Amino acid sequence: MTEQLDEALSREYEAGFVSDVESRTFEPGLDEDVIRRISAMKDEPQWMLDWRLKAFALWKKMPEPDWAHLQYNKMDFQAISYYSAPKSMDERPKSLDEVDPELLRTYEKLGIPLIEQQQLAGIAVDVVFDSVSVVTTFREKLLEQGVIFCPISDAIREHPELVKKYLGSVVSQKDNFFSTLNCAVFTDGSFVYIPKGTRCPMELSTYFRINELNTGQFERTLIIADEGSHVSYLEGCTAPQRDENQLHAAVVELICLDGAEIKYSTVQNWYPGDENGKGGIYNFVTKRGICHTNAKISWTQVETGSAVTWKYPSCILKGDNSIGEFYSVALTRGAQQADTGTKMIHLGKNTRSTIISKGISAGKSNNTYRGLVHMGKGATGARNFTQCDSLLIGDKCGAHTFPYVESRNPTAIVEHEATTSKVSDDQMFLCQQRGLDPEKAVSMIVNGFCKEVFKELPMEFAVEAGKLLEISLEGSIG
Amino acid sequence: MLKITDLQVKVADKDIINGLNLHIKPGEVHAIMGPNGAGKSTLSYALTGRDGYQVTRGSASLDDQDLLDMEIDQRATAGLFLAFQYPVEIPGVSNMEFLKVAVDAQRLARGATKYSASEFLKLAKAACKQVNLPLSFLKRGVNEGFSGGEKKRNEIMQMIMLEPKLCILDESDSGLDIDALKIVADGINSQRDGKRSFLVITHYQRLLDYIKPDYVHVLADGKIVKSGGPELALELEAQGYSWLESYDRNAGDASE
Ligand SMILES: Nc1ncnc2c1ncn2[C@@H]1O[C@H](COP(=O)(O)OP(=O)(O)OP(=O)(O)O)[C@@H](O)[C@H]1O
Ligand SMILES: [Mg+2]
Repeated sequence: MTEQLDEALSREYEAGFVSDVESRTFEPGLDEDVIRRISAMKDEPQWMLDWRLKAFALWKKMPEPDWAHLQYNKMDFQAISYYSAPKSMDERPKSLDEVDPELLRTYEKLGIPLIEQQQLAGIAVDVVFDSVSVVTTFREKLLEQGVIFCPISDAIREHPELVKKYLGSVVSQKDNFFSTLNCAVFTDGSFVYIPKGTRCPMELSTYFRINELNTGQFERTLIIADEGSHVSYLEGCTAPQRDENQLHAAVVELICLDGAEIKYSTVQNWYPGDENGKGGIYNFVTKRGICHTNAKISWTQVETGSAVTWKYPSCILKGDNSIGEFYSVALTRGAQQADTGTKMIHLGKNTRSTIISKGISAGKSNNTYRGLVHMGKGATGARNFTQCDSLLIGDKCGAHTFPYVESRNPTAIVEHEATTSKVSDDQMFLCQQRGLDPEKAVSMIVNGFCKEVFKELPMEFAVEAGKLLEISLEGSIG
Repeated sequence: MLKITDLQVKVADKDIINGLNLHIKPGEVHAIMGPNGAGKSTLSYALTGRDGYQVTRGSASLDDQDLLDMEIDQRATAGLFLAFQYPVEIPGVSNMEFLKVAVDAQRLARGATKYSASEFLKLAKAACKQVNLPLSFLKRGVNEGFSGGEKKRNEIMQMIMLEPKLCILDESDSGLDIDALKIVADGINSQRDGKRSFLVITHYQRLLDYIKPDYVHVLADGKIVKSGGPELALELEAQGYSWLESYDRNAGDASE
């Protein structure tokens, strides 16, 4: 059985192709001049450039962090290119008809046919290719209801009052090494504003693609849900298969005002590198949201890609009665490493948080859950429930759980449950005896393990996530 | 249907089955009895291809297809079904999902078309009712938190849905209350259509009151030491296995 599964592992990473698109790419290197050029490419106002330069000055003084559970080659930040865009984007296309067909083909191959998507009501997509947003669908239609959904570079020019007020308000400029770097060099990403009392009529989604060699992707996402509004947002990501490691250092900030609700889902499938850990994306991401009174933020993530993942989508539960949720499936195989989890910072009264983390490790990979539940002095009557389940496939992989709790309020209640299990031979045999091949058998067992998280994803993405797991798991028993 | 010749099976470096012969014709029901540790489950695992049950000699074929040459799932789609002595749980995977994936896989492998969602639902509900499990069991995780008897009935439900050629039932009657025993037996009997064959492993003649076997075999020391008609089960029930000690060890070829 083991050999069969090993054989099947030779299956290629499906999103691993390179698009033949002529690009304008900055030569590698990072200094003030590079930042000025990025800012100029984007036609940014002076205040934005000043903000970037301030971050750059901070970053230069910061040491690169050293994490206990991750091992990777330290990056040479002068060897990375900080901007790359298809030449066809020199003149921004005004509609899909003007978009380079090769770019459209790229997304079609990835299963995101943009033209079709536009006909398929219900999902609006912002498509980011290397450092630029290629197209944002349904932009006008959303605007009819006051919903702003556009590339962040447009928002900086068109809605400076919102950007100025909220950019860096949740993840400060000096938060951490990678987020600070992002502040200095971010290129594109999505901006969302949902007006008071509005339920966003569509799912919003952003699809990130790294194509160019030796470029980093530094996207920036800012979502503002005004009082009593509601939005569901999804991001997806892929990259070509390359022998070199590439850096992805994103920052996502969510602002959830009184009584608003943001549901943020991620299906992350960056190229994971090969069996021996050659190549793959370094995914160092800072995601954080702030909840005001009665607001709710729900993070759902399915992480199957990247060579190294370092990511802790977090909630600051500032307002009374606010709610934070974190549902995570992290799958590692081959030589992948994931260190992921969440921080729930309870500040307001009667705040609630739920953490459900499902870690699946196969091959010789390492999967770590790291979470912090902080109960502040004012968090009277606050509650947290955490459940961390690990599933091991084979016996060369590792699963680790680090739940940290800080409580400054004696009335706050923190509950934690953890389990570790294995895909058992008995389960595999049962499935195969009923006619399933070994791959289907593993993927069904793993899907069952992830059920609680998948049911949090928007319908169509839950199916996609299931399929993604199936592909990622092919031949994963070793 | 099933033809086993001179089968030898090694488990953890020990010969457990040693020169076993058995021939089951279409539509026949054979019962296998025998003391604990005799190798009954081992036989069922060797036939279905479980890892660690190494066939070191002999042959086994299903409708002239060499079973020993096939993967586990190929044997299943060829029509071999095993109702487990100890059914295992698959948390989070609903019975319905599990049945659908299994039935689809088998039908496709056999060149049949998949059932439509509504056809499938109808069949699953009927099978569920037939083994007297509430329909809510279709939504529950496979065997997740099921009682011992419910697990056994769930196995029969899978058997009904998968329409195998040869069903091996490994102690499907153990741990059942009197009503459940009748339900399981009825479930099995409903699948007897003159073509489908059964290999029923049991310790109790009681089950055989409901499922009339054509032959009863006694498995001891890795081979069939005695074969006979249904009356053999009655004798065993009355006298245990010790009276067989003096028996000719090669008597098992009787059913050939
Ligand atoms: N995986 C295994 N490793 C070691 N020994 C095994 C293994 N499987 C079976 N055996 C041994 O093989 C012998 C036959 O076991 P088997 O389960 O086939 O018996 P059985 O006839 O089904 O018994 P019971 O009536 O108790 O179910 C036993 O001595 C058992 O301990
Ligand atoms: Mg047994």
